[in-house]
Amino acid sequence: MIDIVFYVLAAVAIGSSFGVVVAKNPVGSLLFAVTTLGSLAGVFVLLEAHFLAAIQIIVYAGAIMVLFLFVIMLLNLGHDAPGDLRGGVFALLSFAVIGSMAGLLARQLRGEGATESLTAGGQAIDLAMAEHGAVGAIAQPLYTTYVVPFEITGILLLVAIVGALALAKRHV
Amino acid sequence: MITDSLVLSAILFVVGTFGVLIRRNAIIMFLCIELQLNAVNLAFVAFSRMWGMDGQVFVFFVMTVAAAEAAVGLAIIISIFRHYETVDVSNFNVLKW
Repeated sequence: MIDIVFYVLAAVAIGSSFGVVVAKNPVGSLLFAVTTLGSLAGVFVLLEAHFLAAIQIIVYAGAIMVLFLFVIMLLNLGHDAPGDLRGGVFALLSFAVIGSMAGLLARQLRGEGATESLTAGGQAIDLAMAEHGAVGAIAQPLYTTYVVPFEITGILLLVAIVGALALAKRHV
Repeated sequence: MITDSLVLSAILFVVGTFGVLIRRNAIIMFLCIELQLNAVNLAFVAFSRMWGMDGQVFVFFVMTVAAAEAAVGLAIIISIFRHYETVDVSNFNVLKW
Protein backbone atom coordinates (compact mmCIF):
# COMPACT_ATOMS: atom_id res chain seq x y z
CA MET A 1 0.00 0.00 0.00
CA ILE A 2 2.71 2.45 1.06
CA ASP A 3 4.77 1.43 -1.96
CA ILE A 4 1.87 2.21 -4.31
CA VAL A 5 1.42 5.65 -2.74
CA PHE A 6 5.17 6.25 -3.06
CA TYR A 7 5.25 5.31 -6.74
CA VAL A 8 2.23 7.51 -7.52
CA LEU A 9 3.87 10.46 -5.74
CA ALA A 10 7.19 9.79 -7.48
CA ALA A 11 5.50 9.66 -10.88
CA VAL A 12 3.72 12.96 -10.21
CA ALA A 13 6.99 14.54 -9.03
CA ILE A 14 8.98 13.41 -12.07
CA GLY A 15 6.25 14.32 -14.54
CA SER A 16 5.71 17.79 -13.15
CA SER A 17 9.46 18.41 -12.87
CA PHE A 18 9.65 17.81 -16.64
CA GLY A 19 6.74 20.25 -16.88
CA VAL A 20 8.82 22.89 -15.07
CA VAL A 21 11.56 22.54 -17.66
CA VAL A 22 9.45 22.45 -20.83
CA ALA A 23 6.51 24.76 -19.98
CA LYS A 24 6.63 27.84 -22.20
CA ASN A 25 4.73 30.16 -19.88
CA PRO A 26 6.59 31.02 -16.62
CA VAL A 27 3.33 30.84 -14.62
CA GLY A 28 2.68 27.31 -15.90
CA SER A 29 6.23 26.37 -15.05
CA LEU A 30 5.71 27.69 -11.53
CA LEU A 31 2.48 25.75 -11.02
CA PHE A 32 4.28 22.58 -12.12
CA ALA A 33 6.95 23.38 -9.53
CA VAL A 34 4.27 23.69 -6.82
CA THR A 35 2.96 20.24 -7.82
CA THR A 36 6.47 18.79 -7.59
CA LEU A 37 7.01 20.29 -4.13
CA GLY A 38 3.62 19.03 -2.94
CA SER A 39 4.30 15.45 -4.01
CA LEU A 40 7.76 15.64 -2.44
CA ALA A 41 6.03 16.64 0.81
CA GLY A 42 4.02 13.43 0.47
CA VAL A 43 7.24 11.46 0.07
CA PHE A 44 8.58 13.17 3.21
CA VAL A 45 5.52 11.95 5.12
CA LEU A 46 6.16 8.41 3.89
CA LEU A 47 9.76 8.72 5.13
CA GLU A 48 8.49 9.71 8.62
CA ALA A 49 9.62 13.36 8.35
CA HIS A 50 6.26 14.91 9.26
CA PHE A 51 7.57 18.30 10.41
CA LEU A 52 9.62 18.73 7.23
CA ALA A 53 6.58 17.83 5.12
CA ALA A 54 4.59 20.62 6.82
CA ILE A 55 7.48 23.07 6.40
CA GLN A 56 7.81 22.04 2.76
CA ILE A 57 4.16 22.94 2.11
CA ILE A 58 4.12 26.15 4.19
CA VAL A 59 7.53 27.64 3.38
CA TYR A 60 8.37 26.23 -0.05
CA ALA A 61 5.05 25.80 -1.83
CA GLY A 62 3.49 28.65 0.14
CA ALA A 63 6.03 31.41 0.66
CA ILE A 64 8.87 30.93 -1.83
CA MET A 65 6.65 30.03 -4.78
CA VAL A 66 4.38 33.01 -4.06
CA LEU A 67 7.51 35.19 -4.09
CA PHE A 68 8.35 33.83 -7.56
CA LEU A 69 4.77 34.43 -8.66
CA PHE A 70 4.95 38.02 -7.36
CA VAL A 71 8.07 38.68 -9.42
CA ILE A 72 6.59 37.09 -12.57
CA MET A 73 3.44 39.20 -12.21
CA LEU A 74 5.42 42.34 -11.28
CA LEU A 75 7.64 42.06 -14.36
CA ASN A 76 4.58 41.16 -16.48
CA LEU A 77 6.14 37.98 -17.90
CA GLY A 78 2.97 35.88 -17.66
CA HIS A 79 1.86 36.23 -21.28
CA ASP A 80 3.41 36.34 -24.77
CA ALA A 81 6.30 34.24 -23.44
CA PRO A 82 8.75 33.60 -26.29
CA GLY A 83 10.29 30.15 -26.52
CA ASP A 84 13.69 30.19 -24.84
CA LEU A 85 15.05 26.66 -25.15
CA ARG A 86 18.68 26.42 -26.21
CA GLY A 87 19.72 24.57 -29.38
CA GLY A 88 19.14 20.83 -29.80
CA VAL A 89 22.71 19.47 -29.92
CA PHE A 90 23.75 21.27 -26.74
CA ALA A 91 20.62 20.11 -24.92
CA LEU A 92 21.01 16.49 -26.00
CA LEU A 93 24.70 16.47 -25.08
CA SER A 94 24.12 17.94 -21.62
CA PHE A 95 21.22 15.57 -20.95
CA ALA A 96 23.36 12.61 -22.04
CA VAL A 97 26.27 13.59 -19.78
CA ILE A 98 24.32 14.31 -16.59
CA GLY A 99 21.86 11.49 -17.26
CA SER A 100 24.65 8.93 -17.53
CA MET A 101 26.23 10.30 -14.34
CA ALA A 102 22.93 9.89 -12.47
CA GLY A 103 22.45 6.45 -14.02
CA LEU A 104 25.82 5.31 -12.67
CA LEU A 105 24.88 6.70 -9.26
CA ALA A 106 21.51 4.91 -9.28
CA ARG A 107 23.21 1.66 -10.30
CA GLN A 108 25.57 1.96 -7.35
CA LEU A 109 22.62 2.58 -5.03
CA ARG A 110 20.71 -0.39 -6.41
CA GLY A 111 23.71 -2.57 -5.56
CA GLU A 112 23.70 -5.04 -2.72
CA GLY A 113 24.01 -3.53 0.77
CA ALA A 114 24.22 0.09 -0.36
CA THR A 115 21.14 1.03 1.68
CA GLU A 116 19.44 -0.78 4.54
CA SER A 117 15.88 -0.27 5.63
CA LEU A 118 16.06 -1.18 9.32
CA THR A 119 19.02 0.59 10.89
CA ALA A 120 19.95 2.28 14.15
CA GLY A 121 19.25 5.73 12.66
CA GLY A 122 15.67 4.93 11.65
CA GLN A 123 14.97 3.31 15.00
CA ALA A 124 16.45 6.34 16.81
CA ILE A 125 14.13 8.64 14.85
CA ASP A 126 11.09 6.48 15.65
CA LEU A 127 12.06 6.47 19.33
CA ALA A 128 12.57 10.25 19.43
CA MET A 129 9.24 10.82 17.71
CA ALA A 130 7.46 8.53 20.17
CA GLU A 131 9.07 10.39 23.07
CA HIS A 132 8.95 14.06 21.98
CA GLY A 133 6.42 14.12 19.12
CA ALA A 134 7.08 15.04 15.47
CA VAL A 135 8.16 18.63 16.21
CA GLY A 136 10.06 17.90 19.41
CA ALA A 137 12.11 15.17 17.76
CA ILE A 138 13.66 17.66 15.32
CA ALA A 139 13.74 20.53 17.84
CA GLN A 140 15.85 18.48 20.26
CA PRO A 141 19.03 18.36 18.08
CA LEU A 142 18.25 21.77 16.53
CA TYR A 143 18.41 23.61 19.87
CA THR A 144 21.22 21.56 21.46
CA THR A 145 23.82 20.21 19.01
CA TYR A 146 23.08 22.66 16.19
CA VAL A 147 22.24 25.79 18.19
CA VAL A 148 25.14 27.87 16.78
CA PRO A 149 24.33 27.14 13.11
CA PHE A 150 20.69 27.86 13.97
CA GLU A 151 21.57 31.33 15.28
CA ILE A 152 23.81 31.98 12.26
CA THR A 153 20.79 31.12 10.07
CA GLY A 154 18.95 34.01 11.72
CA ILE A 155 21.78 36.39 10.81
CA LEU A 156 21.76 35.03 7.25
CA LEU A 157 18.05 35.78 6.92
CA LEU A 158 18.59 39.33 8.24
CA VAL A 159 21.41 39.90 5.72
CA ALA A 160 19.19 38.50 2.94
CA ILE A 161 16.36 40.89 3.84
CA VAL A 162 18.67 43.92 3.86
CA GLY A 163 20.38 42.76 0.66
CA ALA A 164 17.11 42.20 -1.18
CA LEU A 165 15.86 45.66 -0.15
CA ALA A 166 19.11 47.34 -1.21
CA LEU A 167 19.12 45.54 -4.58
CA ALA A 168 15.50 46.09 -5.49
CA LYS A 169 15.34 49.73 -4.37
CA ARG A 170 15.09 52.21 -7.20
CA HIS A 171 17.92 54.59 -6.21
CA VAL A 172 20.80 52.95 -4.40
CA MET B 1 11.84 2.71 0.11
CA ILE B 2 15.20 4.40 0.92
CA THR B 3 16.78 3.23 -2.34
CA ASP B 4 13.71 4.27 -4.33
CA SER B 5 13.78 7.72 -2.71
CA LEU B 6 17.46 8.13 -3.58
CA VAL B 7 16.80 7.15 -7.21
CA LEU B 8 13.89 9.63 -7.33
CA SER B 9 16.24 12.27 -5.90
CA ALA B 10 18.83 11.54 -8.62
CA ILE B 11 16.17 11.82 -11.35
CA LEU B 12 14.87 15.14 -10.00
CA PHE B 13 18.42 16.50 -9.74
CA VAL B 14 19.12 15.57 -13.37
CA VAL B 15 15.90 17.20 -14.56
CA GLY B 16 16.75 20.34 -12.57
CA THR B 17 20.28 20.50 -13.98
CA PHE B 18 18.88 19.98 -17.47
CA GLY B 19 16.50 22.89 -16.93
CA VAL B 20 19.29 25.19 -15.76
CA LEU B 21 21.34 24.27 -18.83
CA ILE B 22 18.72 24.59 -21.56
CA ARG B 23 16.44 27.45 -20.45
CA ARG B 24 17.35 31.08 -21.02
CA ASN B 25 14.61 32.64 -18.88
CA ALA B 26 16.35 33.66 -15.63
CA ILE B 27 13.29 33.02 -13.45
CA ILE B 28 12.83 29.49 -14.77
CA MET B 29 16.54 28.84 -14.24
CA PHE B 30 15.98 29.85 -10.62
CA LEU B 31 12.99 27.51 -10.37
CA CYS B 32 15.15 24.66 -11.67
CA ILE B 33 17.79 25.45 -9.02
CA GLU B 34 15.03 25.16 -6.41
CA LEU B 35 14.18 21.78 -7.94
CA GLN B 36 17.80 20.68 -7.49
CA LEU B 37 17.76 21.84 -3.86
CA ASN B 38 14.62 19.79 -3.30
CA ALA B 39 16.24 16.72 -4.81
CA VAL B 40 19.11 17.12 -2.35
CA ASN B 41 16.62 17.56 0.51
CA LEU B 42 14.95 14.31 -0.47
CA ALA B 43 18.33 12.54 -0.39
CA PHE B 44 18.99 13.99 3.07
CA VAL B 45 15.63 12.79 4.41
CA ALA B 46 16.12 9.33 2.89
CA PHE B 47 19.58 9.02 4.44
CA SER B 48 18.22 10.22 7.78
CA ARG B 49 16.31 6.92 7.91
CA MET B 50 19.73 5.25 8.02
CA TRP B 51 21.87 7.63 10.05
CA GLY B 52 19.54 9.46 12.44
CA MET B 53 17.92 12.87 12.91
CA ASP B 54 20.87 15.03 11.77
CA GLY B 55 19.84 14.75 8.13
CA GLN B 56 16.46 16.32 8.86
CA VAL B 57 18.14 19.20 10.71
CA PHE B 58 20.26 19.81 7.61
CA VAL B 59 17.13 19.88 5.44
CA PHE B 60 15.81 22.62 7.74
CA PHE B 61 18.99 24.66 7.15
CA VAL B 62 18.87 24.04 3.39
CA MET B 63 15.30 25.35 3.29
CA THR B 64 16.33 28.52 5.16
CA VAL B 65 19.25 29.14 2.82
CA ALA B 66 16.96 28.50 -0.17
CA ALA B 67 14.54 31.14 1.11
CA ALA B 68 17.37 33.67 1.51
CA GLU B 69 18.76 32.78 -1.91
CA ALA B 70 15.35 33.19 -3.56
CA ALA B 71 14.84 36.62 -1.97
CA VAL B 72 18.26 37.96 -3.04
CA GLY B 73 18.16 36.27 -6.46
CA LEU B 74 14.75 37.66 -7.32
CA ALA B 75 15.88 41.12 -6.19
CA ILE B 76 18.85 40.82 -8.59
CA ILE B 77 16.48 39.73 -11.38
CA ILE B 78 14.24 42.75 -10.70
CA SER B 79 17.16 45.18 -10.84
CA ILE B 80 18.49 43.52 -14.04
CA PHE B 81 15.00 43.76 -15.60
CA ARG B 82 14.90 47.46 -14.73
CA HIS B 83 18.14 47.97 -16.63
CA TYR B 84 17.69 45.72 -19.70
CA GLU B 85 13.85 45.33 -19.90
CA THR B 86 14.24 41.54 -20.25
CA VAL B 87 15.04 38.45 -18.16
CA ASP B 88 16.56 36.47 -21.05
CA VAL B 89 20.10 35.61 -19.92
CA SER B 90 21.47 35.55 -23.47
CA ASN B 91 21.25 39.37 -23.39
CA PHE B 92 23.49 39.65 -20.34
CA ASN B 93 26.97 39.12 -21.81
CA VAL B 94 29.09 41.84 -20.18
CA LEU B 95 31.14 39.28 -18.27
CA LYS B 96 31.37 36.88 -21.25
CA TRP B 97 34.64 36.71 -23.17
